[in-house]
Amino acid sequence: MTSPGRRVTPEPFVWLLFSAGGVVAALVLPVLLVLFGVAIPLGWVAAPDHEHLLAVLRNPLTRLGLIGVCALALVHAAHRVRFTVEHAFRLGRYDPIIATACYGAAAVGTAVAAYLLLAAL
Amino acid sequence: MISPLEARYYRRRMPLLWWARRRSYAFFMLREVSSVFVAWFVVEILLLVRAVARGAAAYEGFLDAMAHPAVIGVNLVALAFVLLHAVTFANLTPRAMIVRVRGRRVPARAVLASVYVGWLVVSAFLTWLVLA
Amino acid sequence: MGADEHITLRIARYRPDEGEAEPTLADYDVPLRRDWAILDGLNYIKDELDGTLSYRWSCRMGICGSCGMMVDGEPRLTCATFLTDLAPGPVRIEPLANFPVIRDLIVDLTDFMHKLGKVKPWLIRDEERPVEDGEYLQTPAQLDEFKQFSMCINCMLCYSACPVYGLDNSFVGPAAIALAHRYDLDSRDEGDRQRLTILAQPEGVWDCTFVGECSAACPKGVDPAGAIQQVKLAAAQEAAKSLLLPWRSR
Repeated sequence: MTSPGRRVTPEPFVWLLFSAGGVVAALVLPVLLVLFGVAIPLGWVAAPDHEHLLAVLRNPLTRLGLIGVCALALVHAAHRVRFTVEHAFRLGRYDPIIATACYGAAAVGTAVAAYLLLAAL
Repeated sequence: MISPLEARYYRRRMPLLWWARRRSYAFFMLREVSSVFVAWFVVEILLLVRAVARGAAAYEGFLDAMAHPAVIGVNLVALAFVLLHAVTFANLTPRAMIVRVRGRRVPARAVLASVYVGWLVVSAFLTWLVLA
Repeated sequence: MGADEHITLRIARYRPDEGEAEPTLADYDVPLRRDWAILDGLNYIKDELDGTLSYRWSCRMGICGSCGMMVDGEPRLTCATFLTDLAPGPVRIEPLANFPVIRDLIVDLTDFMHKLGKVKPWLIRDEERPVEDGEYLQTPAQLDEFKQFSMCINCMLCYSACPVYGLDNSFVGPAAIALAHRYDLDSRDEGDRQRLTILAQPEGVWDCTFVGECSAACPKGVDPAGAIQQVKLAAAQEAAKSLLLPWRSR
């Protein structure tokens, strides 16, 4: 690297994850929320039967895909909550604590997702 | 070391509820808050996976819980916010990304259109995957 | 509209040299002329009503960037904001937000000027070509790459609109980043890496949360918000490359 004096910071990588999370959340979540949150509970469409969902979820592509979606969406939410809390309530000087709490929560969520999708199914 | 002149400059502080004072700021806050509902729905997805993993009875229990009026109410609010996120995020994409095809710049409208088409394709695929 | 119609301008006055501790609002009635902008109203006040009113202005046609002020809480160029659009008033006129007030409607530009200089807004070459070699040539297509970001008139409305800058003025800010991007996109420039050192700091582009108010306030369509996101993408790609390919020398 030819530029001395440039502090190494994790911000660019966090931002990449945040952006990917935003894309993934925007593409995947609305339709699933419509299906499982509104359409199926209200009876507009029949609920998929258990064996079908189990088969879909057990597929390695679904497992990995869903872990990726959950991880990225959680990092996206963590990143936004971090900045929103700091800007809305002027808590910028507590950034180290707030950032750790937010991304930490996302990490825990990702670990839970990985456990459920890899071990529990 | 500031000059006596500079000492008398008046420094205004941003009001504590600065984001409530202007419509554009309030809308921005709403847009950011949508991420909370994104996280909420991820939790719901994981609850669904857990229910499916535990067997048919647990899955039925999950479906019953989702049909509870209060839960439907919360999910309708969540849906509104998740859609807010999706639309605002999609609309900001052409400004953040310059897309080039064979050296020529793709106009913003085309980038936006492909984002929405992509959204439609993914939604159709997921619907088929879940229901079929 | 009658020739005698007036509109009230409620103007922030601050006179530290007379011992005032904080600004107050004073009402002035100016004629509501169809072709008058707020700046014409201010000039009327200074000429006819109160010669002590202090404010900056110059070209009165939206190109010098001097006359920015808060009009009813929004950062506007007062030469480009018309009284008839604000009738019946009263219209609140205050100094540009997020900057210290020196007197009346005049703010201290020091931090803004400092930020502009920090991003090295000039063509950087690894090796300067001798004058005898002639000009650096550029096609119209190459000009179009950065032209939009070169339209900035340094009016500071974007800094007044930006809540992040308002909360923490260590943020480099919209105009400075847009200016840096203008040079990074210029085909004649080879200074991307040097500017990245400034922009890739946390108080560089990463403080920005894409509120977008800077672009909404910009009277010249520069879209600094878009520029900042584009720099974020470039900085992130650069960071990823240095992580994955550390042996890269350039």
